[in-house]
Amino acid sequence: MTRKLTFSRISIETIYYAVLILFGILMVLPFVWSVATSLKPNEEIFFSNLIPNHPTFQHYITAFTTVPFARYFLNSLFLAIAGVASNLFFGSLAGYAFARMRFRGKQLIFRVLLSALMIPGVVTIIPSYIILRSFPLVGGNDWHGVGGIGLLNSYWAILLPGAAGAFAVFLMRQFFLTLPSELGEAARIDGCNEFRIFWNIYLPLCLPALATLGMFTFQAGWNAFLWPLIVLSDPNMGTIQLGLQSFSFNHQTDYGPLMAGSVVATVPMLILFLYAQKYFVQGIAFSGDK
Amino acid sequence: MTQSTQGIILPQAITVQSEPTRLNRHEARMAYLFITPAMALFMIFVLLPAVIALILSFSNYDVLSPIKWVGWLNYERLLKDKLYFQALGNVVTYTVMYVPLMIALSLGLSLALNRKMPGMRFFRTIYYIPVITSPVAAATIWSWLLSRSGLVNQSLGLFGLPSVAWLSNADTAMLAIVVVTIWQGLGSNMVIYLAGLQGVPEYLYEAAVLDGANRWQLLRFITWPSLRTTTFFVSTLSLIGAFQLFDQAYVLFQQGGGPGNSARTVVFTIYQNGFTQLKMGYASSQAFVLFLLIFFVTVINLRVNREQNNAT
Repeated sequence: MTRKLTFSRISIETIYYAVLILFGILMVLPFVWSVATSLKPNEEIFFSNLIPNHPTFQHYITAFTTVPFARYFLNSLFLAIAGVASNLFFGSLAGYAFARMRFRGKQLIFRVLLSALMIPGVVTIIPSYIILRSFPLVGGNDWHGVGGIGLLNSYWAILLPGAAGAFAVFLMRQFFLTLPSELGEAARIDGCNEFRIFWNIYLPLCLPALATLGMFTFQAGWNAFLWPLIVLSDPNMGTIQLGLQSFSFNHQTDYGPLMAGSVVATVPMLILFLYAQKYFVQGIAFSGDK
Repeated sequence: MTQSTQGIILPQAITVQSEPTRLNRHEARMAYLFITPAMALFMIFVLLPAVIALILSFSNYDVLSPIKWVGWLNYERLLKDKLYFQALGNVVTYTVMYVPLMIALSLGLSLALNRKMPGMRFFRTIYYIPVITSPVAAATIWSWLLSRSGLVNQSLGLFGLPSVAWLSNADTAMLAIVVVTIWQGLGSNMVIYLAGLQGVPEYLYEAAVLDGANRWQLLRFITWPSLRTTTFFVSTLSLIGAFQLFDQAYVLFQQGGGPGNSARTVVFTIYQNGFTQLKMGYASSQAFVLFLLIFFVTVINLRVNREQNNAT
């Protein structure tokens, strides 16, 4: 459709872009403002200037020294990366089996797994806590899982429940279904064992899906709050979200270090996103389409 | 089966499904092995907890003493629990504000960006950025923006409007949460709608334009009906998320329930009962009531969606 470049067209388009830009500013301003606040010395914090007149890193130093922020950062990093590794591996393994392997009860078992996505998290948090606490033979527990704290307050409390989510299995299965079955058939007839068919033939074809799943899993792990709040009570085991939250509780009106902490908690996700944004956007679109 | 796409027909490929050959049994065994980690975790951390939660809701359990069956006692207590019902009311109010606004705004944004003009991808990226910030960081940043001398009140001052005590006023507390969560969720729902818009065939628009339809009619009679599945998806996810609101409310109101408990959410109440007061049986009954509410609302949403589909 060709459009004439009339004056009214130009002015409509200008307004259109102006509105988009205005909205864009609204979306990004909170974050930009928090960066600006984190770099402003205390005297300047309540002023309306966007660019600090006398930028300082003092608030970041305060944030890192009054709370073990670096430790929290590393905890979050470890937990998020481990979550990605386990979901990618076990999720694609199960997703592949459901998509491309033949076994009895496949449909039924998959539907049962899918029902997991329908149970709201709020129902399972208390029992999951109890299960972790009563895990036999760990954390001071005996055979019956009594006496100690089980797996609570350890990395396992975060890693185990989310290690192979139904979402990961579902996403990978959907992707494997789009790949041709002839590859596996031919290899099977040639005597290739099942794991090698999965690992050497099908998995390398999944890199985009794996990247998307990896991004989502990392985001979920990095941003998680309620579950770590429940199972991690040791100050040294905290995640960065927990650290940020307790920081805001302790320093109610100390907005400089508070904003510095928020920036540190957000920057890794931001970098990941800007570097790999097409996987985020693709992934949402993929899961939203039918 | 696969013969049509291959030059060579492999006789074994036709019969491998029905005969329990060594190859089949090996494949099936390996398949069970492959699904074991995911299924085991599912059973231990999803299925088993769901069952335990049900049992717990009919019991008293405080971790320190053994579990004790109390029948319907928890549910009876629940009916008289003013705090729980206030939390429930808060969450319903929040949902009623949040879901329609979310649908309207994200649809609007997606329509605005669904053009082959320069810069669309840039805006899409910018609008998505709030989605990747954590709920905790977002709420922290907004608690600063909404504070008495924060950016929002400063901007109001620029227009000569009076400051508002957003976070200490019972009337505006829930509104503040709506603003923060809408800000955060817009980008991802916009992307879902963008994907849905791709699926609307061009010829529908062209035919309607030939019949003299204006832009509003195009939107109402072609775009909106075509997006029914997408809207259902967005609304269902938004509903399920809205009822389980926790992170932002908890952080914005410093672990409390907000001014006059106007920002107390159900999940926060469950958390308090279960983990601060160690009344795990009672908390489980609260969780189940919320679950039923979510289930009920989701089914209604499904029915409404189906009726709309049948009506066209």
